Amino acid sequence: MMGVDRREFLKITGYAALFGLGGKAAMDIFAPGELEASMQGPPLTEGKRWAMVIDMGKCLEQQAKGKDGCKACTEACHRVHNVPDWGNPKHAIKWIWQDKYEHAFPDQPNPFMTESVRHQPVILLCNHCFNPPCVRVCPTKATFKRESDGIVMMDMHRCIGCRFCMAACPYGSRSFNWGNPRKAPKDLNPDYPTNRDYPERSKGVVEKCNFCAELIAKGELPACVQECDKIGAHALTFGDLNDPESNVRTLLQEHYTIRRKPELGTEPNIFYII
Amino acid sequence: MLDRALKGSQGYWGWLIFLLVLMGIGLGCWLYQFFEGLKITGMSRDVSWGLYIGQLTYFVGVAASGVMVVLPYYLHDYKAFGKITILGEFLAVSSIVMCLLFVFVDLGNPVRIMNVILYPTPNSILFWDMIVLNVYMLLNIIIGWNVLAAERKGIHYQKWIKVLIYISIPWAFSIHTVTAFLYAGLPGRHYWLTSIMAARFLSSAFCAGPALLILLCLIVKRVTNFDPGKEQIRTLAGIVTYAMLINVFFFLLELFTAFYSQIPGHMHPIVFLFKGLEGVGNLAPWMWAAAVFAVLSLVLLVVPSTRRNEGTLAVACAVLIAATWIDKGLGLIVAGFTPNPFDTVTQYWPTTPEVLITIGVLATGFFVLTVLYKVAVSIKEEAAA
Repeated sequence: MMGVDRREFLKITGYAALFGLGGKAAMDIFAPGELEASMQGPPLTEGKRWAMVIDMGKCLEQQAKGKDGCKACTEACHRVHNVPDWGNPKHAIKWIWQDKYEHAFPDQPNPFMTESVRHQPVILLCNHCFNPPCVRVCPTKATFKRESDGIVMMDMHRCIGCRFCMAACPYGSRSFNWGNPRKAPKDLNPDYPTNRDYPERSKGVVEKCNFCAELIAKGELPACVQECDKIGAHALTFGDLNDPESNVRTLLQEHYTIRRKPELGTEPNIFYII
Repeated sequence: MLDRALKGSQGYWGWLIFLLVLMGIGLGCWLYQFFEGLKITGMSRDVSWGLYIGQLTYFVGVAASGVMVVLPYYLHDYKAFGKITILGEFLAVSSIVMCLLFVFVDLGNPVRIMNVILYPTPNSILFWDMIVLNVYMLLNIIIGWNVLAAERKGIHYQKWIKVLIYISIPWAFSIHTVTAFLYAGLPGRHYWLTSIMAARFLSSAFCAGPALLILLCLIVKRVTNFDPGKEQIRTLAGIVTYAMLINVFFFLLELFTAFYSQIPGHMHPIVFLFKGLEGVGNLAPWMWAAAVFAVLSLVLLVVPSTRRNEGTLAVACAVLIAATWIDKGLGLIVAGFTPNPFDTVTQYWPTTPEVLITIGVLATGFFVLTVLYKVAVSIKEEAAA
């Protein structure tokens, strides 16, 4: 009920009653979305600058449990978003994935680092930069930073496939549909499309992590975070960087964190507790 | 005037049919790409631009170089170039045709190309590149066509054309500057992130373009009754020599900064090009060939006797074009993506369909060039007769 005091609320409902509107309908007209938000616990739809803190210690602990490590977040995300497996690293589509520490942080080379540290898996995804170079170069505004919450979004119906954003992204976080996703090898994608509620892509467009904008709109956490919590690892924390009291800000207060290539001035919104 | 293009020798028609065949093959391959997606090319998520965008870059340079005949004639009143300005302008037009086609064939979603105009985005350099390239093409079509039409009628072209000519001169510099800005403003692409990029582009353009123009003049002289002139070719050769010296100098500046500073990010793309990185060195033979060609062309150009001899000059121009093409049409794009953001190397080499599409676009450009040159030369021949 932000910004609407009791007096104003009575006034609005009074007028609404006059016009034959009431209850939820009145709220939808005069204060859209606020009723839903106020009915939930933490208002997940109201973040101003979404961010993620990745606790590498917790992630590695979970990785150590499985024989082949842990791919839970990647699998959940790629299932929810109909990301096909091309079986060819050159054409791979990646929303959230793992790479070795030395590849994730190439600006931290150290010849005396142990092999195990060098090869430690790091969770990578779009940094949802505060100052995104991909958005700067897009010639059609097909990729844009959502002003309300800072998510770097992708309009797959507008993208012309020029791939300028891929050249501009210093994190390799953007993937191109080199072919039609439906033509991806069937043996690798027996159930494709895996989620009928999420659109598939056509060939020739760029795609990337969207911080699960579609789930946040429903007040749910991103799929990767949900999955990580579900398996009890709790390595991924999603929250509002703008709120000094938020979960992510608390973690940033309590831990030393790093970001990928901060020297480029892109201001990544993904933080790593190492 | 266009009717002149319909009357020609057997050789003329044979050449056009040859180009049409190449265009047809290119179109066929493009349709295959259109239905299958860009996975039929050698490009990948790491090297996401390749031969197509390399050719765009190279031919923007050739287009811009038209100004090297226009500027001396109109700004310095260097009368000799009056005879060949039209050849420079029509070379610019056909180069831009190729550039636009190279962008088009590179798009993942070519049917949406109008989105660039429907959703104009001034913060994107590609938006500005689209504007400067199209305007430059229009300027050269209008100027070239009107000046030629006036020459046919034996009258002086209209005054407003002169205004367009003066606009076209800085505009030529703008097209290659804006094209350099496509690359030179991207964080994390070390090989491209250099403020000398636009200057390098202009210098390589002003040697490669006029070198191509010299070869075209020599061909025109051989196959038609129109002689572009000894003095004209000699002056062009001088321009090519200076521009190539500056071009090589600028490249050496890049080498100094990279290897004296010893910053890995600056060194790696160059090491990749000339030696190979992480076991991928497929461009090294090409780059060394380019280096040898560059030195050879400079020797032939700097020594007065070989520069003034049309035979050795033609060789110098041909090897210069090869050197600058390898540097800009092949190495520049791939090295910009190498190493990738994860400091690893993914190999790129164009596939056969990709090469055939590229050849198809080149054939289209040379088709336009042939027709335009035929019109221009026919009118020059009539005027002389």
